[in-house]
Amino acid sequence: MVDRIADIWGERTPFGRGEHWPVRVDQKLADGLVETDIDRWVQSACVLCSNGCACDIAVKDDRMVGIRGRAVDRVNHGRLGPKGLFGSIPGMTSRQRLTRPMIRVDGELVATDWDTAMSRIVERSRALLAEKGPLSHGFYTSGQLFLEEYYALAVIGKAGIGTPHMDGNTRLCTATAAAAMKESFGSDGQPGSYLDIDDCDAVFLYGHNMAETQTVLWSRILDRIAGPDRPFIVCVDPRMTEVAKVADVHLPVRPGTNQALMNGLMRELFVNGWVNESWVREHTIGVDELRAVVEPWTPEKVAETCGVVPDDVRRAARIFGESERVLSTVLQGFYQSAQATAASCQVNNMHLLRGMIGKPGAGILQMNGQPTAQNNRECGADGDLPAFPNWENPEHVRELATLWGVDADVIPHWAPPTHAMQIFRYVEQGSIEFLWVSATNPAVSMPQLERIRGILDQDSVFLVVQDLYLTETAEYADVVLPAAGWGEKTGTFTNVNRTVHLSDKAVDPPGEARSDLDIFLDYAARMGFTKNDGSPLLTWQGPEDAYHAWQECSRGRPCDYTSISYDRLRGGSGIAWPCNDENPDGLTRLYRDGVFPTEPGYCESFGHDLLTGATVGEQAFRALETHGKAVIKSAEYAPPHEEPSTEFPLRYTTGRTAYHFHTRTKTARSRQLNRAAPTAWVEMSQTDAAALGLVEGDIARVTSRRGEIIVPVRVGDMREGTVFAPFHYGYFDASTEVADAHASAANELTVTEWDPVSKQPLFKNAAVRIGKVADAVGPSDAPTTTASRPAFAGAIRLTIGGPDAEASGVVDRDAWTADRADALS
Amino acid sequence: MMLPVYLGLLQKAEQALAASYRKVADGHGAEPDVYHLCQTLAKQCDQHEQALAPVIQRYGEQPDDEPERLHAVEMSETRTGPVGLIRDLQDLYVLASMVDVTWMMIKQAAAGLRDDQLTKVVGECEGQIKVQLNWLTTRMKQAAPQALIIAR
Ligand code: SF4
Repeated sequence: MVDRIADIWGERTPFGRGEHWPVRVDQKLADGLVETDIDRWVQSACVLCSNGCACDIAVKDDRMVGIRGRAVDRVNHGRLGPKGLFGSIPGMTSRQRLTRPMIRVDGELVATDWDTAMSRIVERSRALLAEKGPLSHGFYTSGQLFLEEYYALAVIGKAGIGTPHMDGNTRLCTATAAAAMKESFGSDGQPGSYLDIDDCDAVFLYGHNMAETQTVLWSRILDRIAGPDRPFIVCVDPRMTEVAKVADVHLPVRPGTNQALMNGLMRELFVNGWVNESWVREHTIGVDELRAVVEPWTPEKVAETCGVVPDDVRRAARIFGESERVLSTVLQGFYQSAQATAASCQVNNMHLLRGMIGKPGAGILQMNGQPTAQNNRECGADGDLPAFPNWENPEHVRELATLWGVDADVIPHWAPPTHAMQIFRYVEQGSIEFLWVSATNPAVSMPQLERIRGILDQDSVFLVVQDLYLTETAEYADVVLPAAGWGEKTGTFTNVNRTVHLSDKAVDPPGEARSDLDIFLDYAARMGFTKNDGSPLLTWQGPEDAYHAWQECSRGRPCDYTSISYDRLRGGSGIAWPCNDENPDGLTRLYRDGVFPTEPGYCESFGHDLLTGATVGEQAFRALETHGKAVIKSAEYAPPHEEPSTEFPLRYTTGRTAYHFHTRTKTARSRQLNRAAPTAWVEMSQTDAAALGLVEGDIARVTSRRGEIIVPVRVGDMREGTVFAPFHYGYFDASTEVADAHASAANELTVTEWDPVSKQPLFKNAAVRIGKVADAVGPSDAPTTTASRPAFAGAIRLTIGGPDAEASGVVDRDAWTADRADALS
Repeated sequence: MMLPVYLGLLQKAEQALAASYRKVADGHGAEPDVYHLCQTLAKQCDQHEQALAPVIQRYGEQPDDEPERLHAVEMSETRTGPVGLIRDLQDLYVLASMVDVTWMMIKQAAAGLRDDQLTKVVGECEGQIKVQLNWLTTRMKQAAPQALIIAR
């Protein structure tokens, strides 16, 4: 037994390059239970980050009572991290779950029955459609529903109502991943695989604190590091994260300067002759422009702009240039920062310049943040059309219209889909009067919260909120719908490396809660959406019907699911798409042959200008003569818009801790997780703290142009001049004092601004000032096990879980996994 | 030779466009993308104007004495609301088109004169103006349905 709060990544199982990552089955059962007490195990995968660890849910007396990792699965080889172990079950079984629908009566939310609640929704929806048309409707969904549910929502929105106003909170987390892949490769779709960790010589982590965001994936890297031929690690992150601690090169860039660093790294590849010129000629376009753009970016110039050491830039580039197999991973440090899409495209470019793509160990993982973000993007719940078609390609739209049996004109394709920030703007301006929010909590997760609260509170909008709990957002709703969640419904979802998992229903949902799919289908039926032939638009009876329909939609597209059936997913490992007649077992890596989906008739996007987001358009794209070549997109560095000033002298950045997910709706309900990180904090360097007369635990006011929070100080390992706050801490479980003052959510301070291409908000670029409010009564509660560790350990209580957090982890070096099968085939 | 007149016209047009971008940025600050991009594009116009300066010095300034010639005029004020936004973007589009087409003519003249310096300046600026037009189109396309059909 290991205390998995104290030891986030568990026991090391070292392995060498090209070897098989040993199996370690992690398990946690509820207090007092042993394995023989369990009635049955039900197959699923974890939904507390994007990693997609396969698991089995332990059921006893029709209650979920434990979890264990699935040994055979290619994603995790049996492992689970602290969130999966301690958060999965308590996150669902809390007594605070919503069990009945609620409607607003005389300003108060009161419980009601489904028929009343749905009738209210349908009445309003119909009236608005009749009076104002489809543009009055907006949908803001999640990265945490199942594939079937997104697809249902997408069909309702696009073929039933015909509104372009649909997006997910994936806009806040993975929109840039999708955008960068569309720009470089012509379509969304992760080139690499987690298997590349096993085969690589170096890993570059760009703005990706993998040790905390995907703890099990990081275990895989830690096991390579502990093995005989450890890969080089290069870390780009302003914080001294666990990743940075083991890195061979740590580049603690100033937030907002990623593009400058990338231009500098690529310049080194050019000047040192590390570019695979013949491959680049055959498989890409645009290299000359890139060469010109990066030319001025000497290591010295990069150092000056980014605040790093010039020789570190050289060393990092040398590792990239001289390694045979490099794996790159990218996350929010790039996606939520200035020039997000541009900088993320440059990561793709690094690989293109070296012809290092599609081969074992040489992969790119443009990461996701949430468990089902990939499906949101695939199915079109983010506003794109389902299965990666191009909205600017009339043929693609016609094919969808045929599939759905509706007129092509109904399907919104006259303009780009409306991104989340714009949807909220239309609500603010009163033109969207019906907003349906599912499984997300914008009242805590969106930027500039005071503004968001004001928008949600407007009388002009009829707000439907569908969730597990009465979230901060649900407080503003006109109708609240209780949703069934993980373990209470069946469906599929897909992780970062395209691996599809089935999550079976283990138990009944509490009270009258219903699956999101049921709710959407009920709405469609009540609204009477029909096809051209007069038959109902959606006739699905349950998730498997929806899944079959989706398989048809995906046929022949990059994300082809046609050979992944529910039955195939039961019992074994998850399977990667595309999986079809051509690739019957799924494809581990895309682009092995150096051919990319950029054919104008096939591609998902004609691309954008990286500075402005202007669409390139069909004609100009055709003129590029891409024909299966990747597009090398270049961009000049442009400084972030909100830079520190005398009034707001510090850079402000936000992020996660290992122990929580999102706005803590689930993880706060876990004893172990919540004890590990119970309250908010602000993290700063020793130098900045000393200059401000602050010591560990002092209560500080952090103020930006948009708001303030009042939180304890953690004096830690930040880069000087930058402070950090975790974004998890909303108000549902806060003290009245904190809740009334709106004093803990990191997004009180963030800026309403987004990347011009991906439209992802810039959560990592703001300017703040900090002042002391009160003396410390003790140290802050920030975890000591991760990037938030204190600069001086001293009297600070270590983050441990004790007996409560003990979980078993059984290593089996000989056990079979799908990866082993893959390696042998 | 009329080239100096046209160089002057272009310089004035870039100035007018820059000032108009700044006005639209301030007038529509609640649309953060419009605000920031208009600021960025205004700076591009400033750079174009600076890039033209040495060429103008070489050819000498020549006032435009023909009152009927088309002049780019800076936007006087911005409008408000969703429809106001698309109309302002449309005004910017008209100005940017004027700039674009003037660059095109200057480019032709530069080719005829085999003026390498001027050709180089055109090469640096012309592409950016086209992107500006594309951005304005993209943004108007996005905003037009909501503004024209349903906005309050
Ligand atoms: S790494 Fe992610 S998916 Fe795996 S157990 Fe942890 S939270 Fe769940």
